[in-house]
Amino acid sequence: MVGTRTARDLGDKTHEPTGGQTVGPFFAFGLDYPKKHEVVFPHSPGAIILGGTVFDGAGAPIPDAVVEIWSADENGEIPRAHGAFRRDDHSFTGFGRAATTDVGRYEFWTRNPGPLDGGAPFYSVVVFARGLPDKLVTRIYLPEHDDLLAADALLSSLDDDERATLIATRLPNGHLHHDIHLQGEKETVFLAF
Amino acid sequence: MTATQPDPRGEEAFSSSVVLEQNAAAPESLLASPDQLTQNEITQEIVDYHAAAARREAAGERLNRSLHDFPPYRSSLLRHPTKNPKLVDPETIELWSPAFGQRDVAAIESDLTLQHIGEPQGERMTVQGRVLDSWGRPVANQLVEIWQANAAGRYIHQRDQHPAPLDPNFTGAGRTVTDDDGFYKFTTIKPGAYPWKNHVNAWRPAHIHFSIFGSGFTQRLVTQMYFPGDPLFPLDPIYNTIWRQQDRDRLIGLYDHDLSVPEFSMGYRFDIVVDGPDATWFEPEEGEH
Repeated sequence: MVGTRTARDLGDKTHEPTGGQTVGPFFAFGLDYPKKHEVVFPHSPGAIILGGTVFDGAGAPIPDAVVEIWSADENGEIPRAHGAFRRDDHSFTGFGRAATTDVGRYEFWTRNPGPLDGGAPFYSVVVFARGLPDKLVTRIYLPEHDDLLAADALLSSLDDDERATLIATRLPNGHLHHDIHLQGEKETVFLAF
Repeated sequence: MTATQPDPRGEEAFSSSVVLEQNAAAPESLLASPDQLTQNEITQEIVDYHAAAARREAAGERLNRSLHDFPPYRSSLLRHPTKNPKLVDPETIELWSPAFGQRDVAAIESDLTLQHIGEPQGERMTVQGRVLDSWGRPVANQLVEIWQANAAGRYIHQRDQHPAPLDPNFTGAGRTVTDDDGFYKFTTIKPGAYPWKNHVNAWRPAHIHFSIFGSGFTQRLVTQMYFPGDPLFPLDPIYNTIWRQQDRDRLIGLYDHDLSVPEFSMGYRFDIVVDGPDATWFEPEEGEH
């Protein structure tokens, strides 16, 4: 369980951050581990597939990207269970990692996150790729919870086309579809903090 | 998609799990840039883009430490966002990271020289350091992953086919969890430089890839550690995607003789600082976490 958190000002930063570098072309053996994209056991109650394609600026799928997700559980609780690297097939750790296939597709087995602190539920997402000099951070919102989406500070600051790049599509079978465009007309909105 | 499959390379099979889709054509063709400039042309581009970045910053633009749009690194041309990132306040989930623990990683996974029957070829080394946040606080109990080429500069990866030898006693991947004070340590083999196809006669300086989790998910970091005094530094478009010299310097592991072990290994120190949200940070209540 997660208790109340309080905000406090830590003052000026004292340490210069280490810069990011591309994940390169040869990450597969370094970032792999069993069941890395199975945040929950496939086909277990409440399990859904969150998947899509990562595209470049020419509309070509990117076959050497890594997508990571991190989210609250169905009740909007922040997962504190260990085991994201040693899946026991029942603990919800909230973290998953997928390497895109040769046709650019990523896929996770996970659950729909619940509203957290009354906010619109979303997956926090990090993207790495060959040719991408540093990580990109974005969000994937659930398409439901209209009132919460309308009240969301980030979504409210975007135009309709930009909003669309952050909200997943619910498929008739209950799964979620969401493409990520690193560049181009449908370029995904990426975040800085 | 990501199921573990047996290594298809027969005699080059290793006990590690190299996970790739083996039935579809691997996109090797994507790895060579079409224009194939000379090293001198690329080196000049690097100098020019660094100067341009300095001018943009002087004019008040806020630039990332690593330039996503850095044409000397040809693979970035179609893969960088063209719009500025949206500056947002992190929401609750983004202020937390996955909870890793000792359960997630076996102790032996931090020693890359012990993963096979025999000793790997090359110069045995250790790399150790601390993971800190922007206020110098340790990032405790978080995952650190590394991967690298072998001593000959060859990756155990299907898409690396350059004619340097594989080492049957070296895979080149390791992971560990930081201790309560943010310390980590790996034992490995010093990697070799390796060629790539960004331009004619392109060579990457020797490096170890690092993947780091901070205390919050927005601090997630993938970077590369380099070795002191490498003559390839000014020639390498990837190292130079970081446009300030002082920031590039922070990617270099420092040789520390006190960390060398007599007649066994050379010692390097590499401290890593994850970037925090700029304004406000959130702390667990005392006794929590």
